Amino acid sequence: MSIFIERLSRVFGREVTGLLGLLALTVVAFSLTSPQFLSIGNFDSIGFQLPDLGLLTLAMLAPIIANGINLAVIATANVSGLTLAWILNMNGGPHAGVLAFAVGVTAALAVGGASGAAMGVVIAYFGAHPILASLAMMIFLKGLGEFLTRGGDISGFPAFLGEIGHGVILGVPVPMLVFAVAATLWHVLLARTRHGFAVAMIGSNPRASEYSGIPVRRSLTLVYALSGVMCALAGILMLTEFNSVRVGHGDALLLVTVLACFLGGVDPFGGFGRVAPVFVSLLILQTLSSGLNLLGANQHLSTAVWGLFLIAVMVFRSSTPTLRARFESVRK
Amino acid sequence: MRDYLRTHEGEVRLFVVLAALTLYLAFASPIFFTAGNLASLLNNNAVNVIWAVGLLVVLIAGGIDISFAVGASVAQYLTALALHAVGGGDWLFGLLFAGAFGIALGCINASLIAGFRIISIVATIATFNAFFGLLMFTTSGKSIYDLPDWWTDRIAVGSLGAGGALTLPVAGMVAAMAVTWFLISRTTTGRQIYAFGDNPEGARRAGVATVKIQFIAYGWLGLMAGIGGLMQVNLAQEVVPNALIGRELDVLAAVVLGGARLGGGRGSVFGCFLGVMLVAVVQNGLNLLGVSPYAFKMLIGLTILAAISLSNFELGALLAGGSRKHGHVDLH
Repeated sequence: MSIFIERLSRVFGREVTGLLGLLALTVVAFSLTSPQFLSIGNFDSIGFQLPDLGLLTLAMLAPIIANGINLAVIATANVSGLTLAWILNMNGGPHAGVLAFAVGVTAALAVGGASGAAMGVVIAYFGAHPILASLAMMIFLKGLGEFLTRGGDISGFPAFLGEIGHGVILGVPVPMLVFAVAATLWHVLLARTRHGFAVAMIGSNPRASEYSGIPVRRSLTLVYALSGVMCALAGILMLTEFNSVRVGHGDALLLVTVLACFLGGVDPFGGFGRVAPVFVSLLILQTLSSGLNLLGANQHLSTAVWGLFLIAVMVFRSSTPTLRARFESVRK
Repeated sequence: MRDYLRTHEGEVRLFVVLAALTLYLAFASPIFFTAGNLASLLNNNAVNVIWAVGLLVVLIAGGIDISFAVGASVAQYLTALALHAVGGGDWLFGLLFAGAFGIALGCINASLIAGFRIISIVATIATFNAFFGLLMFTTSGKSIYDLPDWWTDRIAVGSLGAGGALTLPVAGMVAAMAVTWFLISRTTTGRQIYAFGDNPEGARRAGVATVKIQFIAYGWLGLMAGIGGLMQVNLAQEVVPNALIGRELDVLAAVVLGGARLGGGRGSVFGCFLGVMLVAVVQNGLNLLGVSPYAFKMLIGLTILAAISLSNFELGALLAGGSRKHGHVDLH
């Protein structure tokens, strides 16, 4: 057993092993208390619910590693979704073709990227604090969306979008596939590319990165731009799932994405954080939510349990120094 | 005076912008400088200022708190229940209950942050979820309308002229500002809060009781959250459990706009007031100039973006490509 854990730790990193243990614990606990928990239906519902939160959490992860934060993730997703909805409605609404959808997706991704880049410029070139800059961007984007939609929702999209939002390929929900691909890409970007290395270095120490020849400002702008693109992807997916777009949709997820990152062992001071443990922590959060749901609790109890769970994990991490090394990446 | 200009550059800049805006609105709209309009500006933003000065103390101490608006909701609800239990009570009871519940919630945050050494943003995002989830779950989202008369009766505490009655929350705001100013500028504890926020390790070695300081800072914000919640009921005439969620980010933006530094050690009560009022006056002005209400939020977002870009803008540093002065301050 210990050899097995050693190997797991070596392949996935230490924090993943600990989180996988927690995940196993929640799954076992819920299987014992609720007979429906281990059913296909339940896993399907997890598979359809997880990706939205997952994509938004990925969008939050990269800026946090760069010792920043992107509080505009939901607003960016909404505005990108609106862009797609607008282009679909310009091209016949329910009768819009695949080409219109492709153009709309491209435009939505571009809008997400542009909003992220604008925020990145304010942070990197004007030296504004990421919390304030992204907060202002959030207020601006939400306001822009409200201005354009007059607070209403936009719906009436072609039927084939349902195939994306509710479709299944080889037994796996399509949104889950989209999320898996996005998470893999994000992992490669952050862990295997020059840009990912620059992001982590900037997160650790921007001054030292500057002196070692890393283009700090350009890399920071790029991080926020890519984060915006990821938000746009989440916005597109949410549009296909709910068949409508409304500003403010998903607002409650904003701080949950930050919570998921911290649960996944991302260093709040920046510099350290990986996709794999964040992925597992998302699974834990969604499992907790689905399990409590089956036991008859509502979403509000899940929210409370998520918060209490994060507190418990953080207290555990900080008060057990011997176990700490097993659960946490290297700290300053 | 010259000293003040030098040490409070941010506040002075903000004051000039606010004065220019006020002057412009005075000419552009005949209604702006009426007693009624100015009084309603103060009445409607008093609660935000009360929270802002509370948050200021936490920011000066180098922390951050996302949970205070939700905490205010919890304190409001508990106060309403407690007052019901004692058979109505009066203002003294109300202040005692709301203050005590607020301080208790603040101390929960402080014990997580100081006791278990959890980073403040992580701890308060966790308690944000826990407080809100538990509040909504236990109350089932039910509002309370059956409140004691003394709590919901309008009380005029002053007047700016005909039709310009100032209500009780304004008195609460003035008191909160005065007491907070006294705490941070005129007491040893206040100097220690600044010292701790500027350099925690240095303050510890200089003999500052760091745990006590953090309990005072988060407890103070809790107190202000509770009292702000109490005043908000006087304004709204009802207790709605999810009425205040989301306000925390607006207040945070206003406080940072007012010159408080995320990362600790800097900020003033006057700056807080200016930050809240700038956002309020922009919105008020847009309203008076006949701009569509749907565009308000967008323009406020743009204003904050412009303000932070301008306040951090240093042309020389940008051209010379020197290291960034303000960006990416660590959050404790």
